[in-house]
Amino acid sequence: MTALLLVPLILPFLAPTLARRTLDRLAPATALWVLTASVLALAGACVAALGAMVLTGLLKLPALATLGELVHPLRAPSDYLVVPAAVAATGVLTLSVWTLGRSAFVQARAFRTARTQADRRPAAGDLCVVDSPHPDAYALPGRPHRIVVTTAMLRSLGPAEREALFAHERAHNRAGHHYFLAAAEIAAHCHPALRPTRDTIRLAAERAADEAAAEVTGDRRLIAIAIARAALAGHTSPPVRPDFAPAATTGPVPQRVTALLAPSSGRSRARRRTAFLLVACTVLSVAAGTVGVVDFHHEVEIAQGEESP
Amino acid sequence: MTDARDERRPAGELEAAVMAVLWAAGSPLTPGRVQTGLDSGLARTTVATILIRLHEKGLVSRERHGRGYAYFPVQDAPGLTARRMHTELDRDTDRETVLARFVAQLNPGDEKLLRRLLEGDER
Repeated sequence: MTALLLVPLILPFLAPTLARRTLDRLAPATALWVLTASVLALAGACVAALGAMVLTGLLKLPALATLGELVHPLRAPSDYLVVPAAVAATGVLTLSVWTLGRSAFVQARAFRTARTQADRRPAAGDLCVVDSPHPDAYALPGRPHRIVVTTAMLRSLGPAEREALFAHERAHNRAGHHYFLAAAEIAAHCHPALRPTRDTIRLAAERAADEAAAEVTGDRRLIAIAIARAALAGHTSPPVRPDFAPAATTGPVPQRVTALLAPSSGRSRARRRTAFLLVACTVLSVAAGTVGVVDFHHEVEIAQGEESP
Repeated sequence: MTDARDERRPAGELEAAVMAVLWAAGSPLTPGRVQTGLDSGLARTTVATILIRLHEKGLVSRERHGRGYAYFPVQDAPGLTARRMHTELDRDTDRETVLARFVAQLNPGDEKLLRRLLEGDER
């Protein structure tokens, strides 16, 4: 049984590569759904597997075995394997819960502050302008939706580009992209390999909003230029965090601009098929996890004398 | 963009567009100047109506300008609270998780690439 429970722990390491492929080969809005559902399932299978490992270890303790009404010793691989696995799994789960809880607390507080301040002001439509020398813009979800834009951002863009920016942010709010980003955040705390996937999901959300904005304005090139100009305007102020990324790699902004400038081509069926490798990987992981957990449950019932082997 | 399409847009979006022009300008604008800054097919009277509505809401102030008014955004006391909200958000480096930002940080390679793209566009 332990071998099957290892599958959901190992398969997420394939996710970052496969997620990139999914985003490259599907329409951004579709890719966002596929990616988010996949990482949530991968994370769930991973947590279930870790949980089963912890329980196996706990039921090895005589006191807990009595409490669990075990009449026979639990059949499991040797203690040399089960005990370290259980200890490691407990450590990993505790760490996940801790980082997730902290992240949720910090973000909920920031979000609440933003909301109360935005609600306090009378709004011009959905726009909330912040007088600041730093160019910045973001969609603020909640009821009603808001677009928060700094004066510096408004001044760095031309009239048509401002409309492009608004269309982009409204697309985020309309499609509820914050749910996807929150799901990606939760998954990232469940398995270290799902961290890079979180960045892919962020990029997918931005791409989806870009395409929706291009649809609204009817001009892909305009969106591309608005993004490029906004990014460069933000760059004149010194970067807030140290930049360890090598210059050769391409960040998310140029990828979005390049994608918008490229003609929107139809995607061939063969290319689309490889996009679903991530789904296949997820299904495999969930299946292995489920079989592993069901198997563990069966072993516990045997040990409780409720079922015969 | 055609007149018909702009006139049909939700009132909130039009108000936001007008407000953006006023904030970007940094000095009082007449309805005519706002109309030019909008880059859309809105009629001047429509722009004037939106400005009056914004004035009634207390979002813009106006001063006499010839026979009409020139409008400018209100730097209200809540302007301070808005700034506070902004710094609160700035403190969290990974706030993109719930708030989808328009543009992320660039690395030096990105900057070069983007400048090339923009220059290519202006040529």
